[in-house]
Amino acid sequence: MTKVDDTTHMTTPPEIGGIGHRVRRHEDARFIEGQGNYLDDIVLPGMLHMAIVRSPVAHARITGIDTTAASEVEGVVAVVTGELMDQHGLAWMPTLSGDTQAVLATDKVRYQGQEVAAVIATDPAIAVDAAELVEVDYDILPAITTPQQALAPGAVLIRDEKEGQTDNRVYDWEAGDKAATDAAFAAADRVVSLSTFYPRSHPAPLETCGAIADVNSVTGQATIYMTSQAPHAHRTLFAMVTGLPEQNIRIISPDLGGGFGNKVPIYPGYVVATAASLLIGRPVKWIETRSENLISTGFARDYYMTGELAVTNEGKILGLRVQMLSDQGAFYADAQPTKFKAGLFHVVTGSYDYPAAHVVCSGAYTNKAPGGVAYRCSFRITEASFLIERLVQTAAYELGIDPAEMRFKNFIQPEQFPYHTPTGFVYDSGDYPTALRKALDEVGYDQLRAEQVAARAEGRLMGIGIAHFTEAVGAGPSHTYDIAGLKMFDSAELRVHPTGKAILKLGVMSQGQGHETTFAQIVAEELGIPVTDVKVMEGDTDNTPYGLGTYASRSTPVAGAATAMVSRQLAEKAKRIAAHLLEAAPEDIELKAGELFVKGTPARSVTIQDVSLAAYTNMPDGMEHGLEGVHYYDPPNLTYPYGSYIVVVEVDPETGVWKVERMVALDDCGVRINPMIVEGQIHGGLTEGFAMSSMQWITFDDDGNCIGSNFMDYLIPTAWETPRFELLETCVPSPHHPIGAKGVGESATVGSPAAYVNAVIDALAHLGVRNIDMPLLPDRVWSAIQSAQG
Amino acid sequence: MFPSRFDYVAATSVDEAIAAKGDGGDETRILAGGQSLLPMMKIRLANPSKLVDINGIPGLDVLERVNGHLRVGALVRHADMVASDLTFGAVESAAPWISDPLVRNRGTVCGSVSHCDPEGDWNSVLLATGADVVARGPSGERVIPIGDFVVDLFTNALNEDEMVTEIRIPVPSGRSGGAYLKLERKVGDYATVAVAAHLELGGGGVITKAGLALTSVAPHNLKVTDAEAALVGEMPSEALFAEAGELAAAASSPRDDVRGTAEWKRQVVRTFARRALATAAASAG
Repeated sequence: MTKVDDTTHMTTPPEIGGIGHRVRRHEDARFIEGQGNYLDDIVLPGMLHMAIVRSPVAHARITGIDTTAASEVEGVVAVVTGELMDQHGLAWMPTLSGDTQAVLATDKVRYQGQEVAAVIATDPAIAVDAAELVEVDYDILPAITTPQQALAPGAVLIRDEKEGQTDNRVYDWEAGDKAATDAAFAAADRVVSLSTFYPRSHPAPLETCGAIADVNSVTGQATIYMTSQAPHAHRTLFAMVTGLPEQNIRIISPDLGGGFGNKVPIYPGYVVATAASLLIGRPVKWIETRSENLISTGFARDYYMTGELAVTNEGKILGLRVQMLSDQGAFYADAQPTKFKAGLFHVVTGSYDYPAAHVVCSGAYTNKAPGGVAYRCSFRITEASFLIERLVQTAAYELGIDPAEMRFKNFIQPEQFPYHTPTGFVYDSGDYPTALRKALDEVGYDQLRAEQVAARAEGRLMGIGIAHFTEAVGAGPSHTYDIAGLKMFDSAELRVHPTGKAILKLGVMSQGQGHETTFAQIVAEELGIPVTDVKVMEGDTDNTPYGLGTYASRSTPVAGAATAMVSRQLAEKAKRIAAHLLEAAPEDIELKAGELFVKGTPARSVTIQDVSLAAYTNMPDGMEHGLEGVHYYDPPNLTYPYGSYIVVVEVDPETGVWKVERMVALDDCGVRINPMIVEGQIHGGLTEGFAMSSMQWITFDDDGNCIGSNFMDYLIPTAWETPRFELLETCVPSPHHPIGAKGVGESATVGSPAAYVNAVIDALAHLGVRNIDMPLLPDRVWSAIQSAQG
Repeated sequence: MFPSRFDYVAATSVDEAIAAKGDGGDETRILAGGQSLLPMMKIRLANPSKLVDINGIPGLDVLERVNGHLRVGALVRHADMVASDLTFGAVESAAPWISDPLVRNRGTVCGSVSHCDPEGDWNSVLLATGADVVARGPSGERVIPIGDFVVDLFTNALNEDEMVTEIRIPVPSGRSGGAYLKLERKVGDYATVAVAAHLELGGGGVITKAGLALTSVAPHNLKVTDAEAALVGEMPSEALFAEAGELAAAASSPRDDVRGTAEWKRQVVRTFARRALATAAASAG
């Protein structure tokens, strides 16, 4: 059972179902009953199937490709190589981070699983069989599997095709004030440091990536069904890459079976399928196998981080220094705002008030899959939040201060908002002490600390871990945030039909977040149209307004705001129509829960449905017909959701196996539009945080072979091992968002890993253990105990 | 799923299955539950030329106690073992730990035993309880003690033209207890380490028969005969079980891998063997 305080203030009755109602998800019935429409469900007349030939090795020069045997298989229509792509200028493509990426390898392969050739056949099984017959000769090169190796002198150059690239460095980037930070450290009583590695993981959405390209060779119309979290941005980039006119490209993102950032990049398979359809003149379908998805598409993390806190003996933080080195894989294919090479990692200063911070980031190429874009991280905030929460916990132990007390001593106070952080963020709102206090009370913190003392006396190991995270989501204001030049606004288009039923079209794209319900509730709130009368459409670039897509928890902060704004635009018109119907002045009309009435005389009223009909049947002279509008919302600031998570664990001292006994998660994401959907998002994130902290990682052997290429090796926790979650909330609305919402899609993934890890470390802290890298496999925990005990 | 091409025979009798298997040579595989074979075919690690499907053969789903044995036919699914009230001790303890519910619904005990994957659970249970494997070939039936049946990594003692028809697990007549302790990373995972323990007690509580076998820490499921010998004739005690745990750890030969270091796995063997024996003794009453 989850425990949630009712802090919402509903203004609409359940039959309207506006903000705060636990409306059942409109989309679920079709998914549950097998009536969803995922990419692989789509069958087009004459459709061909594509299988990709991938590199079995991590780093090698290609000395020859023989496609003869594959071409001769009955049913094979074409075998595409990098050479053929190169003839059309498509052997390489730009990435969302301004790098280039091979579509099909021509010179070298740079990671295991890289795309080398593609077979197009009349049947998917034929394509797979024939792909095995493509013979590629490789001249093996040394593989680089860590960024430290990559940047070591004399390391083999991975990107030797790149003009001006003389080493394996991708970027250097910094934020904050070095001089001020040095001064803070000089004034400190002590410096506490922590080095930790956030390992590579993968979002592994239930549905893998794929595309069906259908190019009409006569009209040039390209209809591309694609597993895309950002169909509009992808269409523009497709136009730029292929040279096809943008109006002739229609990208349709059908129902998506999860994304988590994995469906943000443009993958070589999409481009090859499109080129193949263009050349052959028939639709071409490509869909990844599970292993292809795990070894080649957008991974997450792979960050080596060292943090130092300058502190006083009393526990006051004076400054923060961070060095971060990221493993970007063979191509820099992150997606993030252009100005920020390590995403929003510089939010690493966390929930605490101190004047100085300096963050230095570097990235390196390695012989591993590119990506780094993914996994519910709000542009690298997951890594940042993990580091500061682990570091503050470490400082508490070093100073002999209770970890909760350490946080209370340093929290940004409610009256300090809007709060300017030393790395350039302006936190919008929050009350951190109230949140942590509430979570501590719920878990019974003082009692647990007493139990811990008793447990240790019996030789048992019990730990209590805290994480208080602050996220920066809802990118973003156009003055600061763009991806590949496209400003990070988003849009909503709303039309109310004569019968009072509405269609809302959005520039974002749900992957399971429940947009069809949540955004309908915003319309219901603003206009009083029952939530079941609002249809939400997304994903078809011909039929929705332009937007940057769904990732980084931006849909509610940006597209949700656009929805509220366009609804209000229509509400104003509705009032003018009502004034006409009621023979009153427009400024005297009020709209409440779908009733439009004259101020002070509620009996003189019409409904929103009456007004909708009038908009098409009975308009006053001079007023434009229809009830329709569009709004492009440019957020004035990011939003800053936060939370206090507390985990209690018991560690088996003999085996290192640990078990979560309690998981209390308090989230403040501002106003909750659909509390049930919010809780679902939080449950998912808490589960993913548990996965990363306990079992989930993708590692590589010294030759660059990927260990974690299937679900036997890459572990997704099931309901059996996932802890029970106890949810709490507070609500400090965002002051600048039209409905006070902040976004919550990634909060729990961002905040929870540190809570789990802090709990295990807390169980061992009295032995002197300060760090164990994730995942906290039992052998690592046991080894840490053994080392600590000498 | 696109495996390599293969022929498929749906056998309706054991004789037909044996004949089909004998014709095909060593590239022919028996298909029972398919829960190990089909995933390997999916990623083309296994490329059999022919599958002989035995699911249509009547009578192979026998699960009964007869003549002091538990008979487990070749089509008895793991889930049947979970649901059955005929199981006992380590057998009963292990059944719910086999993979996940989906695999248990389809996968068979005999298939798992024949597969001889050192990370498989059943062979440890059979080694601890002293079971026999019954195989049929063109010249008839033979009974193979499990210790002889398990040859090595993915290698059993069957001839090419033989198939397993059933397993016979001796049912203790006196006081007995057993346990299967398994450490897995998540549901459905193979064991990182698992230990099967089986004890039979005589008058006064002295141990008259002991079985201890290990999963995932040697090239094949490993019967710890040293420990078994050390247990027999002794009274159950913490110290005795700790000693058996040490012997089990010494007998194991785990390897470093993504699941953990060899040193730690040996420690888990030590701990789990001790705990499994204690549980077995306690359940013997």
